[in-house]
Amino acid sequence: MIPASFDYSRPSSLDEALAVLGDAGEEAKVLAGGQSLLPLLRLRLAYPTTLVDVGRVAELRGIADHADHVFIGAMTTHHEVIRSPVVNEHCPLVALATATVADPAVRHRGTFGGSLAHADPAGDLPSVALALDMDLVARSSLGDRIIPAAEFFVDYLEPALEPGEILVGARVPKLGPGWGFHYEKFHRTAQAWATVGVAAAVRRSNGTVEEARVALTNMGPTPVRAVTVEAAVRGVAADRNGSLREAAEQAAEGADPPGDLHAQPDYRAHLARVLTHRALLAACAV
Amino acid sequence: MTDTMSEVGRARRRKEDARLVTGRTQWTDNIQLPGMLHVAFLRSPMAHARITRVDVSAARGRPGVVAVFGGADFAAEQGSLPCAWPVTEDVVIPDHPPMAVSEVRYVGEAVACVVATDRYKAADALDAIEIDYEPLEPVLDMTEALAEGSPTVHESGNKAFTWKFAQGDIGEAFRDAPVVIDRTFVQQRLIPSAMEPRAVVAQTDGDRFTLHSATQIPHILRVMLALTTGIPEHRLRVIAPDVGGGFGSKLQVTAEEVLCLLITRRLGRPVKWTESRSEGNLTVHHGRDQLQRISVAAERDGRIRGVKVDLLADMGAYLMLVTPGVPLLGAFMYNGIYKMDAYDFTCTGVFTTKMPTDAYRGAGRPEATYAIERAMDELAVEVGLDPMEVRRRNWIKHSEFPYTTIAGLTYDSGNYEAATDRALALFGYDKLRAEQADRRDRRDPVQLGIGISTYTEMCGLAPSRVLGSLSYGAGGWEHAEVRMLPTGTVEVVTGTSPHGQGHVTAWSQIVADALGVPFEDVSVIHGDTASSHKGMDTYGSRSLAVGGIALVQACEKVREKARQVAAHLMEASADDVEFSDGRFRVRGTTTERTIQEIALATFAAHDLPEGFEPRLDAQATFDPDNFSFPHGTHLCAVEVDTETGATTIRSYVAVDDVGKVVNPLIVEGQVHGGIAQGIAQALFEEAVYDAEGNLLTTTMADYLLPSAADLPDFVTDRTETPATTNPLGVKGAGEAGTIAATPAVVNAIVDALRPYGVRDVRMPCTPERVWRTLQNRALQNRALQNRALQNRALRNEEGASA
Amino acid sequence: MPRITVKVDGISYEEDVEPRMLLVHFLRDRLGKTGTPIGCDTSNCGSCTVLMDGKSVKSCSVLAVQADESEIVTIEGLSSDGNWHPMQRAFHEEHALQCGYCTPGMILAAIDLLKDDPDPSDDAIRQGLEGNLCRCTGYCNIVRAVRRGAGEMGVTTR
Repeated sequence: MIPASFDYSRPSSLDEALAVLGDAGEEAKVLAGGQSLLPLLRLRLAYPTTLVDVGRVAELRGIADHADHVFIGAMTTHHEVIRSPVVNEHCPLVALATATVADPAVRHRGTFGGSLAHADPAGDLPSVALALDMDLVARSSLGDRIIPAAEFFVDYLEPALEPGEILVGARVPKLGPGWGFHYEKFHRTAQAWATVGVAAAVRRSNGTVEEARVALTNMGPTPVRAVTVEAAVRGVAADRNGSLREAAEQAAEGADPPGDLHAQPDYRAHLARVLTHRALLAACAV
Repeated sequence: MTDTMSEVGRARRRKEDARLVTGRTQWTDNIQLPGMLHVAFLRSPMAHARITRVDVSAARGRPGVVAVFGGADFAAEQGSLPCAWPVTEDVVIPDHPPMAVSEVRYVGEAVACVVATDRYKAADALDAIEIDYEPLEPVLDMTEALAEGSPTVHESGNKAFTWKFAQGDIGEAFRDAPVVIDRTFVQQRLIPSAMEPRAVVAQTDGDRFTLHSATQIPHILRVMLALTTGIPEHRLRVIAPDVGGGFGSKLQVTAEEVLCLLITRRLGRPVKWTESRSEGNLTVHHGRDQLQRISVAAERDGRIRGVKVDLLADMGAYLMLVTPGVPLLGAFMYNGIYKMDAYDFTCTGVFTTKMPTDAYRGAGRPEATYAIERAMDELAVEVGLDPMEVRRRNWIKHSEFPYTTIAGLTYDSGNYEAATDRALALFGYDKLRAEQADRRDRRDPVQLGIGISTYTEMCGLAPSRVLGSLSYGAGGWEHAEVRMLPTGTVEVVTGTSPHGQGHVTAWSQIVADALGVPFEDVSVIHGDTASSHKGMDTYGSRSLAVGGIALVQACEKVREKARQVAAHLMEASADDVEFSDGRFRVRGTTTERTIQEIALATFAAHDLPEGFEPRLDAQATFDPDNFSFPHGTHLCAVEVDTETGATTIRSYVAVDDVGKVVNPLIVEGQVHGGIAQGIAQALFEEAVYDAEGNLLTTTMADYLLPSAADLPDFVTDRTETPATTNPLGVKGAGEAGTIAATPAVVNAIVDALRPYGVRDVRMPCTPERVWRTLQNRALQNRALQNRALQNRALRNEEGASA
Repeated sequence: MPRITVKVDGISYEEDVEPRMLLVHFLRDRLGKTGTPIGCDTSNCGSCTVLMDGKSVKSCSVLAVQADESEIVTIEGLSSDGNWHPMQRAFHEEHALQCGYCTPGMILAAIDLLKDDPDPSDDAIRQGLEGNLCRCTGYCNIVRAVRRGAGEMGVTTR
């Protein structure tokens, strides 16, 4: 199928992009890698009047190693994220989850920021952003605005970006030593969206869980932080003797899983429990 | 000359590949013609509705738009899409206008079209067409559709036909039967999903019409389009250029083919239509969709007395080319490879407001094989035998061939013992059974299951007299022509229409042997009614088993003509002239002529036998006496994660017997692909409609096809029991894998879950469905335990009070 | 209408395109490079895979304007002077194609996957091709072909 007509603009700087976006009106859309947007356009499920292609805005691209965080530019491709030594060293959960996104060709085009700004709860990166408490950086003509991940995913496909704002990237906190990570994705075929996914980060010491961050993919209109699990898992033995499983039993609490072609809500809730347990085990490396 | 090796049997690399791996392809959508216009169809968003208003005026004014048509514009000339298989005297074949005029009966039915200067503008103008609908009740469930008071798809009601077949005394077989297995299986609706979407290019010079189409059936299509549109057959040429897979889905006369012809006739300009995938999922005919009730009566020792089958087959909204015949192709296969005294088959075709169903790889036979092979596993459990043992006790022994089955087919040859023994050895059956027992003992959350499928199929469609007796509208012969060119190379014209099967290569091998010419010196022409005037095309694993034999016969005629010329030139009697390796030799002498020399001499025609027509070319049309019956044993081991319900195929072994093999590489490829599609039905694929009759699986993101990452490597091997009914000894290989694989996988899943009380999992066995089945069993088990406890308590009380 | 400059299979083109034109339509309909087919509209099937600046992309999910100033290699640009790329030969040798519709994309995806992993395991091959669907082969021979192609490419580059 074929997209409907739109105007197109390809700014070469962020300032120019903001200016174009500001002029283009409410129905303008930012085009990043296009791997989510183009299928929507082709199926005529979206009719933007203008696409602002930020593919040539160099400022949006790249990964920077800061003292307490890693900054990942919005236009950094999945492919680049997966191969980044900085990301793999300081925020391996991002690399692990990104490696499960779609397929290699899509990862060559698809971008880190595009995935977050698309705010699809079935996407793999939003739950990771939530689990890691990323700070998302949005720029407008007024300047930068820091949006904590917990506030970024407003609703289904609805990020907390104002018209005229562009996602610049995200600050991914360096969690420091002692943390283990895992992204557990359950999908029916390799390139299918996650039926449910679990992003987990666990800090252990002496065989005990000190702290855990758990967030769920496709368990509601937005990614969901499994706060009950996080509380329940604190202080339990990081082993296979059942306490992690017990904590994981609460994974679906507070979630509002969708029912669709691929799974009904009760099955998703069940999967969330099973997969959370597995993610915790893997993050604890036991 | 060095000793030539037989070409038949060699793993020749394919001649077809050169252009396919370099991109020098000729897909229908590649075609660009001067002045060509592009067609886009507007499709019904309603499953069932009356069309109350069509307004195309706004669309006519859109940029680049040349014409816009609604159904009324074609009403006088579009005819009705054909159904060539009126299976019973009283079958209801509703009028099927290519473009809906007054009523729509499935989502996706064409209701209007735009013809524009490019495909983008055509797509844009669709938005400007206004259509009003008055909704009617959708009809979605077959059982409900047949119930009193159901809304109807057509005025005549929802039943298309009931077809019955019986042999032996089924009442006797079931009377006092020690064991009766009674199961209902769901053959879910599938979307064939050939990788190349359909495409049509139609053109005319005002007198003659040419239609390029991504079709499996250029010859049948020409006949049918002539009958449907009134364009005389001799002025219509149909070309199937490179065709990217079919699997039955391109065995059809489609609305778009008819309409593109009508549009080009009306506008006088060439037109192209290319389907998008989401359009295709809606409107390429679907496959399967049957509700199968199968009952097996057996002795305590597992021997089958009789099989009874009651089938509901979803026709969808209309009967297309062979829609009602598809379940009947399975009617003679529910007995499988087994002996029994009685068989009873009833099939009712039901209309629903969905896309029509029609042939999909195996067409009727996978469904039949699934039901009987699933039932055999259930029988094994019931009588306490290993599932392979119960099959052994029932199957036709090698020594018993030829064998006329209870369904009336004569299986000419087969060796189920050999294929099974080979498969068991490759699989490591006993070791896997031991591991299974161990996992059961350990209550491993990941359980191991083993699935068996010992299948046969009827291939080589088909003896024309059998087709006639089943009321099919045409014959089942195939045609070939062999032309010796003056320079000694050979041109073959075949009536088969390959779309991935490798006929060019295989036919070259057959001709190379038959005429003693180099493999490289043979070319094959196909898929164009102007150059290949006669054929029945490619489907039903028929091309080699029927078309290949026609080719052999044509080669024989060429050889005999050449022998006469050779004898004349060597001044010998034709009876004294031997032929081998491309040379004619006078017996007992060294005098010889090559077939190439004979070809040149015949071309020159200076010195030919008295009255000899100066050509070696020959044609042959072969009509088989019988079907062919490939068979095999497929074994599948799965791991089922009982926590998530996910199934992983751990190993898959297939030993097939397709008779003699022309090219083992091609056969192996066919088997691989067939297995993948069979597994896909078992695990992944289903066309899902919602309660309003909207198809939910319109894209490949929703209709899940397995990728390389979702399938294991397959271990394949062959046994070779030649067919006795044709000179090549071949049986056909196109559908075997698909037919065998589905029950093997589901049997394995059910086997894995037997300790949990699971007796069936509906296809596709998605993780959720497996999980839900386990949940339900767990609930039932708990209820049973509670009842047992209560009973015991009750008894105790009674005992106490007594 | 934006003007784009694209090098396709070694030849430079300068063309005016509608912003919405998909790269694959630009290749097929504008340049006549019909070796790259289209199999779906959701970037699932991978039939339209080409190399864009050396990396595999699905040309149905890239706008032609996004390909401005880039270099595209399609299946038609892989062989030169009649010499097939080792991966094309490997697909032929291993009978890794039947109808051939997915083949161009499959071959280009395979070549791309070897850039990161020149000697992949069977599992890595299967994972690496997860975005390219084939309906004919069941993938067994495709995996074999990629392994063979990897071997031959290793020899030629060493």
